[in-house]
Amino acid sequence: MSKPVLLVTRRLPDAVEARAARDYAVRLNPEDAPRTAADILRLSQGADAVLCCPAEKLDAATIGALPPTVKVLGTFSVGFDHIDIAACRVRGLPVVNTPDVLSVATAECCMLLLLAAARRAGEGERLIRAGQWTGWAPTQLLGRQVSGRHLGIFGFGRIGRELARMAAAFGMVVHYRDVARADPAQEAGAIWHDDDDSFLAASEMLSLNAPGGMATRRWLNGERIARLPRGAVVVNAARGTLIDDPALIAALGDGQVGFAGLDVYDGEPALNPGYLALGNVVLLPHLGSATAETRDAMGHLVLDGIDTVLAGGAPANLVR
Amino acid sequence: MKPRLIASRQFPDSVAARIGAEFDCPFPAGRDMDAEETIRRLSETKADALLFTSHLKFDKDVIDRIPEHVKVAATCSVGFEHIDVAAARARRLVVTNTPDVLTDCTADLTMLLILGACRRAHEYEAVMRAGWGRGFGMGEMLGRKVSGKRLGIVGMGRIGRAVAQRARGFGMTILYTNPRAVAAEDALGAMFVADLPGLLGQSDIVTLHARGGPSTANMMNAETFALLPEGAVFVNASRGSLVDEAALIAALTSGRLFAAGLDVYHNEPAVDRRLAALPNTFLLPHMGSATVETRTAMGMRALDNIAAVLAGRPAIDPLWS
Repeated sequence: MSKPVLLVTRRLPDAVEARAARDYAVRLNPEDAPRTAADILRLSQGADAVLCCPAEKLDAATIGALPPTVKVLGTFSVGFDHIDIAACRVRGLPVVNTPDVLSVATAECCMLLLLAAARRAGEGERLIRAGQWTGWAPTQLLGRQVSGRHLGIFGFGRIGRELARMAAAFGMVVHYRDVARADPAQEAGAIWHDDDDSFLAASEMLSLNAPGGMATRRWLNGERIARLPRGAVVVNAARGTLIDDPALIAALGDGQVGFAGLDVYDGEPALNPGYLALGNVVLLPHLGSATAETRDAMGHLVLDGIDTVLAGGAPANLVR
Repeated sequence: MKPRLIASRQFPDSVAARIGAEFDCPFPAGRDMDAEETIRRLSETKADALLFTSHLKFDKDVIDRIPEHVKVAATCSVGFEHIDVAAARARRLVVTNTPDVLTDCTADLTMLLILGACRRAHEYEAVMRAGWGRGFGMGEMLGRKVSGKRLGIVGMGRIGRAVAQRARGFGMTILYTNPRAVAAEDALGAMFVADLPGLLGQSDIVTLHARGGPSTANMMNAETFALLPEGAVFVNASRGSLVDEAALIAALTSGRLFAAGLDVYHNEPAVDRRLAALPNTFLLPHMGSATVETRTAMGMRALDNIAAVLAGRPAIDPLWS
């Protein structure tokens, strides 16, 4: 029996592509060229499965026009904002994604942003690279100590809880804000706040870990920033849309926010140029989950899902 | 009458405020003093005490010229490589340092170096400062996950143990080497390895927290870097003298090391330009204790030592006893 045909829209980690080539008649993209919806429709002719990536927008028209041979759609991401799930349901097309496996790497990125921002790593790094360091001084580039501080986590999902665990090892007191209280086993000593006021007032350091969407759009606005302790540290590795950028930039300028660390931006891969003019921000290019281990795990998980659907089973990572 | 103090360096505001309140100190704001000016001011003011840092090379020549009326010299640092201890003892000058207070801060910075090196923070920041504008492919610019890795700690003193405590939050397997095994309640599950080669062979990430001095000079060299697993990550926030930097650069270039995170250097503040030219380094300018909280605590601890000695009590942190 011939192998089923799998279209992979972008270049994937070597180990993942090797597995795909072992199990499928695979159509790869070795140049990693961006794919339009029209490209995907053309390349998926006769394919049994499509493995797409978050940069590709698969709207209702595209889903409806996929060849009838396509029995499953995988996405190399935990999010599926780029796929019209309702249209998939109408078409009877199961969608599988990569939940859970990104949580730890993303929480690590939050911890990196927190430490790098509070300890002024961006400024220190630039001093060394420019060859301008003149030597140790008692008052040079003084940052803020992270261990022992109060950390507020906005959004206590999988990533927020992983971050809480890491922060506890730094002796941080963890506060969280979410729609409902987590069960005590998951809480692991973190303090739930059912209103913004008490949560913001407690957050000497604040990490945003909530989902995107209208409900959280620009949640961190000027009015909420004003309720943080003066000189607070703010980090965001979740969604750029959670922050009102002009308000945060103003607060970083006047000292209400001491330092910020960002991995995501409203309008990325562009960002508000106001951030680039600031020394007290550490900026990363949306690589929160970008570790070799995590990307391999994502690839294996989505292939597991595709394998299962084609074998007639019900995968655990089916998007419902 | 307040005791007379010369402070040869600028200190954080709250330390300066305490100096003003408790000491008679002509404090030249905005400027540091060299050895000549320090000695001159100590003589002119008939000072009882000196507060200084590692910027002042406290060698025999300087110590022998410290006037008799100076009873205590407090360095605002945990390290004392800049001090000739034998000369100070011979001169019967009490010299103190500031241990303990910078443990947490330095351990935090060590974790920052580990995360920054593994997650390619320097390259990522450089992409942003150049304006970004392009999303990355799924296999592009990948870093290494920290969680779950084997962490080798060289030197299980206060800072080494504080690093181990933080690393547990990342589910790391923790190994350490030390002149002798530490008590179980201090090791908290970290595994003792008798020698450095044995430790290096089992460490995905290695961090140095050893003392300086001749016995540890260049302990990381071409031979020891070669013992690390291919693609290991190397971190140093303790002493630049522990590392043969030419060997480090070779290991970073050959791929033996995936990345390095450094806060200390062999010839500070002159950082080898070859290190600064490498993309897989994360480089900070000796900021291990650089927080307002810790630098203030260090200054206060140094002043506590001076106050104790001038009041006729034993020093809290004497360099010898």
